[in-house]
Amino acid sequence: MPELVPMPKLGFDMAEGTLVRKVKKEGDTVAKGEILAEIETDKATIELESYASGLVRGWLVDEGQAVPIGTPMVVVAAPDEKVDLEALRAKSGGAAKPSAPAAKTTAAPAVSASAPATLPGTARVPASPIARKMAEAAGIDLRQVTGSGPHGRVVKKDIEAFSKTARPTTAPSAKSSAAPVAITAEDQALPLTKLRQIIARRMVESKTTVPAFYITSEIDMAATMALRKQVNTLLPDERKVSVNDFVVKAVALALRRFPNLNASFGGTQIIRHGHINVGNAVALESGLLTVVVKDADYKTLSVIASEVKGMVGRAREGKVQNADIEGSTFTISNLGMYDVDNFIAIINPPEAAILAVGSAREVPVVKDGQLVAGWRMRATCSADHRVTDGAEVAQFMQAVKQHLEEPLRLLV
Amino acid sequence: MPVMTISKAIALALAEEMERDASIVVYGEEVAVAGGTYGATAGLYERFGPQRVLDTPISEGVIAGSAVGAAMNGLRPVAEIMGINFAFLAMDQIVNHAAKVRSMFGGQFKCPLVIRTTSGGGRQLAATHSQTPDVIFAHFPGLYVVAPSTAADAKGLLKAAIRSDDPVMFIEQATMYSERGDVPDDKEFVLPIGKSDVKRQGGDVTLIAYSKTVGIALKAAQQLAAEGTECQVIDLRWLRPLDLEPVFESFKQTNRAVIVEEGWGTYGVGAEVATRLYEECFDYVDAPIQRVAQKEVPLPYNAELERYALPNVNDVLEAVKKVL
Repeated sequence: MPELVPMPKLGFDMAEGTLVRKVKKEGDTVAKGEILAEIETDKATIELESYASGLVRGWLVDEGQAVPIGTPMVVVAAPDEKVDLEALRAKSGGAAKPSAPAAKTTAAPAVSASAPATLPGTARVPASPIARKMAEAAGIDLRQVTGSGPHGRVVKKDIEAFSKTARPTTAPSAKSSAAPVAITAEDQALPLTKLRQIIARRMVESKTTVPAFYITSEIDMAATMALRKQVNTLLPDERKVSVNDFVVKAVALALRRFPNLNASFGGTQIIRHGHINVGNAVALESGLLTVVVKDADYKTLSVIASEVKGMVGRAREGKVQNADIEGSTFTISNLGMYDVDNFIAIINPPEAAILAVGSAREVPVVKDGQLVAGWRMRATCSADHRVTDGAEVAQFMQAVKQHLEEPLRLLV
Repeated sequence: MPVMTISKAIALALAEEMERDASIVVYGEEVAVAGGTYGATAGLYERFGPQRVLDTPISEGVIAGSAVGAAMNGLRPVAEIMGINFAFLAMDQIVNHAAKVRSMFGGQFKCPLVIRTTSGGGRQLAATHSQTPDVIFAHFPGLYVVAPSTAADAKGLLKAAIRSDDPVMFIEQATMYSERGDVPDDKEFVLPIGKSDVKRQGGDVTLIAYSKTVGIALKAAQQLAAEGTECQVIDLRWLRPLDLEPVFESFKQTNRAVIVEEGWGTYGVGAEVATRLYEECFDYVDAPIQRVAQKEVPLPYNAELERYALPNVNDVLEAVKKVL
């Protein structure tokens, strides 16, 4: 039987991925476990392993094409097996072989009918270069425009007509809401990386659709700082524990008691997640990634420490694995190392909350009427008011505080 | 402004320049006593005498080769090769000598030479005498190639070619000698080297042509204007150096272009111009750039077939419809 390898679902909110590179070409042999292709998702570029062995008989989609999950991308079969590539290709929306341009044109409307809100320009819509450029500048999704040119090509006048009659109706994108920027000779225009585009889209989505509120707590970190120092004397370098690792563990345990913060808003329902997967925002040159400690409530501090270290290292080298970044149910953004007093983070949809963590500092505090030196850290929780309310988040913050102020709780 | 034919305008330019500069000599087959096959050297022999206006044997190699030597030694020859199809017999002299003297001698010699010749079909002269191989000569760096589309341009461009210190192929179109136009009588009417010319203004489609096809493009533009489509018609004038700035400027407004040439399209002017447009103006392209050219066959002798094989106004209209 020929195996049709589909676009895998690599994250729970993934609707489509882009085939970035065909590693195995038509006619190559492939063994199970070998890398077939590189796939770009909203979050990262990921190597796709083959689960079948045989001969790569043909690719059904093209490099650069956005492919919905589950759509067959490549046929792996024995050399003598019969495979009707043309038919399969037409089904998958790949460009037909040179002789049959019809497949291309019939595929395009199918994409536009059901397309999820993804970035403009990722789907294959035939458009003239100037139409493409104008659409991009105006924040118009080409799939919404009916092409009047040959083979349904979107041309300049279609974009002009579209801009006059309609505004984009998809979730507001960063591009469409921005006022046109005048560019002078001294300015530098940098194209958005895929990651930057995703960040732009999702942050705008969050800010415009999520009614967030914010609660700040000050946490006495003296005990945690002391315990960390003590613990780290016992651990080798690669397993040394950071302040953030304490925060991850404290948050994970607090989330057990407050399942509404480990949840997503689902329109008509609230989805409480069965696992507590704590995402950690990692700053990269190209943007921001979230590496995820799965089931953090069950993991020891040193396991959390070594996992985070490994994932951050891979993210910085651009070798992040899909397992590193998927499945987050609650995110921590920690800017403590940058000497930050306090800040507010934007919720990463579809999560219900995010915790912004500032620096732990040695400050003068009043204790029993006496001015003494102490450790304080401020943290602010942004939460989705559709899912939870102020009192609940305040109690959650109390729980986090309690765990960090009595950190022995984190060790038992 | 006096109205005259292209052949008169050429003769006038030659006479004015010969009067101005005694180093200019004119020679070729039948140019002296007979005054040229097309009358473009009429009156020169009588006026400037057999020392400066000479008939040569039927040997293109001698005509071009001696012209290179004369130019290197201080004369400014305007040599005529009766038909561009015969210039193939002088290919070595033109592309290996004339085009390269200046650079291979490190500037110690220059080659201020004009080769006047006649190109194009449409006169039932059959496949070997009706070709438009202009681009072949434009392929070689060191050789300038110009082809006028009007009587005024013929005068102004020929004077520019004669005054150039580099070798110029001056290509006239065989069926255009009797076309008339206003010609400035200013003796210093010299057009710039390597500059194209906008022959009609319009903002919907850019038509690019040279020599005879400028007239074809203008006729098409006139018909299209009646239907509401305004074409910018750009006459390249020079195939080398090729000036595409006005083409880019127009294309950025129209986003559509059709290139019209009389020769074959494969490796032709249209291929070159379209490529440069894609390179320079990719983000402005709204439709695949179209080329109108001669059918890819040796040009037939039969009049109907010849007419069919040569590009015409209808071909341009069809191509414009494709880009609209």
